[in-house]
Amino acid sequence: MSNYLYILWIPLLPLATFVVLGLFGRKYFAKTAGIIGTASLLTSTLLSFVAAKQYFFVDGKVNGVYQKIIALKYTWLQFSPNVSIDMGVIVDPISVMMLIVVTSVSLMVHVFSLGYMKGEERFATYYAFLSLFTFSMLGLILSVNIFQVYMFWELVGVSSFLLIGYYFNKPSAVAASKKAFIVTRFADLGFLIGILIIGFYGGTLDIGLLIEKFTSVQSPEFISITTASFLGASMLTWGLVLIFMGGAGKSAMFPLHIWLPDAMEGPTPVSALIHAATMVVAGVYLVARLFPVFSMDEAALTIVTYVGAFSALLAAVIACTQTDIKRVLAYSTMSQIGYMMFALGVSKNGGESGLGFMASMFHLFTHAFFKSLLFLGAGAVIHMVHSNEMKDMGGLRKLMPITHAAFLIACLAIAGIPPFAGFFSKEEILTAAFHENKLIYGVALFTAALTSFYMFRLYFAIFWSKEAAAKAHHHDAHSQHDDTHDHGEGTWTMKLPLLILAACAVGVGFIPFSQFITSDGAPLETHIDMVFSIAPVALSIIAILLSASFYKSQNAKSDKAVAFFGGFYRAAYKKFYVDELYLFITKKIVFPFIGQPIAWADRNIVDGFMLLLANTTAKISTAIKGLQSGKVQNYALYFFGGVLALSVLFIYIWK
Amino acid sequence: MNTSAIIFYAIATLILGAALLAVTTLKIFRSAIWLLFSLVGIAALYFWMQVEFIAAIQIVVYVGGIVVLIIFSIFLTQQSGKEMAKPATSKIIFSALAALLGTAFTFNLINHYGFNTTSSEPFNTNVSEIGTQMLSTTSHGFILPFEVVSMLLLAAMVGCIVIAMKPTAANIVHLNNKED
Amino acid sequence: MNEIPLTHILFVSTALFFIGMYGLFTRRNIITMLMSIELMLNSVNINFVAFNKYLFPDKLDGLFFSLFIITIAAAEAAVAIAIIINLYRSHQSIDVDDATEMKF
Repeated sequence: MSNYLYILWIPLLPLATFVVLGLFGRKYFAKTAGIIGTASLLTSTLLSFVAAKQYFFVDGKVNGVYQKIIALKYTWLQFSPNVSIDMGVIVDPISVMMLIVVTSVSLMVHVFSLGYMKGEERFATYYAFLSLFTFSMLGLILSVNIFQVYMFWELVGVSSFLLIGYYFNKPSAVAASKKAFIVTRFADLGFLIGILIIGFYGGTLDIGLLIEKFTSVQSPEFISITTASFLGASMLTWGLVLIFMGGAGKSAMFPLHIWLPDAMEGPTPVSALIHAATMVVAGVYLVARLFPVFSMDEAALTIVTYVGAFSALLAAVIACTQTDIKRVLAYSTMSQIGYMMFALGVSKNGGESGLGFMASMFHLFTHAFFKSLLFLGAGAVIHMVHSNEMKDMGGLRKLMPITHAAFLIACLAIAGIPPFAGFFSKEEILTAAFHENKLIYGVALFTAALTSFYMFRLYFAIFWSKEAAAKAHHHDAHSQHDDTHDHGEGTWTMKLPLLILAACAVGVGFIPFSQFITSDGAPLETHIDMVFSIAPVALSIIAILLSASFYKSQNAKSDKAVAFFGGFYRAAYKKFYVDELYLFITKKIVFPFIGQPIAWADRNIVDGFMLLLANTTAKISTAIKGLQSGKVQNYALYFFGGVLALSVLFIYIWK
Repeated sequence: MNTSAIIFYAIATLILGAALLAVTTLKIFRSAIWLLFSLVGIAALYFWMQVEFIAAIQIVVYVGGIVVLIIFSIFLTQQSGKEMAKPATSKIIFSALAALLGTAFTFNLINHYGFNTTSSEPFNTNVSEIGTQMLSTTSHGFILPFEVVSMLLLAAMVGCIVIAMKPTAANIVHLNNKED
Repeated sequence: MNEIPLTHILFVSTALFFIGMYGLFTRRNIITMLMSIELMLNSVNINFVAFNKYLFPDKLDGLFFSLFIITIAAAEAAVAIAIIINLYRSHQSIDVDDATEMKF
């Protein structure tokens, strides 16, 4: 077994970049911050590829199974002989895969931002935040101890807050970053309680030990946690469901999804990195990491499945109505993550029935590439048109050929058309769902059709729909008086990531994923069942043609469809009023009945007590202030009185 | 009850009576005069105790010096005419209480302590004896305090003049030193 | 004079001392306060001489003490008068209650 300690450099390089750029970036590195950030991340990416090669190919399988290797473990805080918070690095199939995903996508975003964020005043700060985020995410992936996961979880939340609120002069961006942070923090409350429950019954916080203890039915920890129950559900279910609540917050599952659309206020490369490929899959990663324990509890897995499936369907429906292109992509992300979640939910641990696990991880892998490609393409479009709304776009295929090609490839991938990457991963998910739960399979199939519909609605609205004549006019007029800034398709730094990601979106589907990453480490034999695939592919193609007829050129068909759905359309456009419900609960119920009494108690009772002490002291001091009257005779009188008292005391009383 | 006892009680009455009047009367000049009588009474007490030298010193210094000085200052501060203000009643009560309590306490102490004489030699207070002892350097010699007291008197003289000077331009002391 | 025990003389001087103290506490005029202080000093003098005469007749220490006390009282009275004059110049009154700047 070779030494994997060099993996420590992978998160530490971005951390060093964050510190350097954060402290000195404004002053010394204002122009070169991008180069520095990209260079350090390039090194991290190369190291992760080296690690992957070493793990999967050089070391390979031991007894036909990929080993979980703890490269480093350092005991940081010891609570009791068994329970401690360790910091460590774990090398196992999913962590190595995530290393590649996070570093590659982050590298693409860094390169893209060189062109997109050029001329920003706080350029160095942006790259500092990006490096901080990359460090946090990498730390989360490599954690060996569940509390270490929690710490990096919070760090990721903070980085997301900083990046969403990057344009802090815009009130909507500030509000969005606050909303994201508060919602995920609220979810983390559940996460923490879940950790405490699991840690208490398991007697340890180490993930490997927890898995060991809870997966054997005879172990005393397992017996105690399943027999102890609260309100009718065993503590194991409570612990796992609460941990899933944390994951659901981060991954924007219903009902904790409200922050994701608003988070699009951040710069578009940020959305590509955080809210498409990496941070939002943290919840999926968490469930995958603890999957052996999840698989011991039917109730928890059922909840995961249904929450995931419902989120997928809800998001797809809402995405059909939105007009802001980034919001469409945000809901699309939510939908795809729902896919990953319910794929995990229908899976069992080990062997053939672990297909769902493999499918979920495969979809995570491919989704990262085509979703970030979609966001970066949208970023290029927004960069050119200076607006997020679909109505300001149209006919851009002539003006932005490379972006057009990349976007088309990504849309085909997400729609699940072979031979693009999404087809393979969605196939696996649908197969797993079909074998376990027919209802979920039906929902997944319908959602896949909706996915194709709204993605191509988006594609046609941006690149076809209206004619580009007016846009060309605008472009010429613009380029006459501004040739320093290429308002066209963007610089080569913006086009290069698009090309690379497009290549990945085409190619990664062909990786034999099941040979490397499965629920128990042993490779799984999978094959593409042609007959089975006919249904989803056919549905997707029909949806594409339908959206083409509605949106390829301007006509009234879409308006007729809107009128047909009437109230339901309105509800979907308003995102099913979930935000309004939250506002109602907080403003009308929590604030007046819980918040205000507590605030009153704090102000009047706690503060009042302190003020009472202070006022009493002041009054006493005012009262005895008169003793210092400045009159010498009074002083002499007091002096003599004291002398008399003391002498009486000493002579008569204390002999 | 022989004559010396009667004389003693008379002198004591004079002393205490005059002192009491000195501290309670509201006319300042009269207060000074009662003080004078009290001091003369104390001199008489010294005479009765057969320490004539001290009695003489008392009259010369205290009565002839200090009381005169006090009367000068009364004139200088133009206080001799009007009556003084009566002090606050609470102050009178508390001070009287303090004085009475103090007196009672000390009387008690004095009574309980048995004063016993160590030797019954006669008390030799003639002036030559006092003079010799004052200027002798052996033990029980008071040459050092004598010299120190003379320095003290010099310092007191200079100090009084400086404090009581009228501040004209010529003799205001500037505290910031201008260089040499 | 041996019929008058020492304690009687001490009573006299104690009473004189506390009368002086009463005057010190009560009087509003600085000059009268000075007079009360002179009374207190005199009572101490009587004490010294009485002790010397009754308890230690072979030595003269008490006598010398009272001698020096008289001397120093004279010097002190002179300095006190100088201060009173200075105070009168700045406050235009020698009432103690008018010179209460050093208070809260």
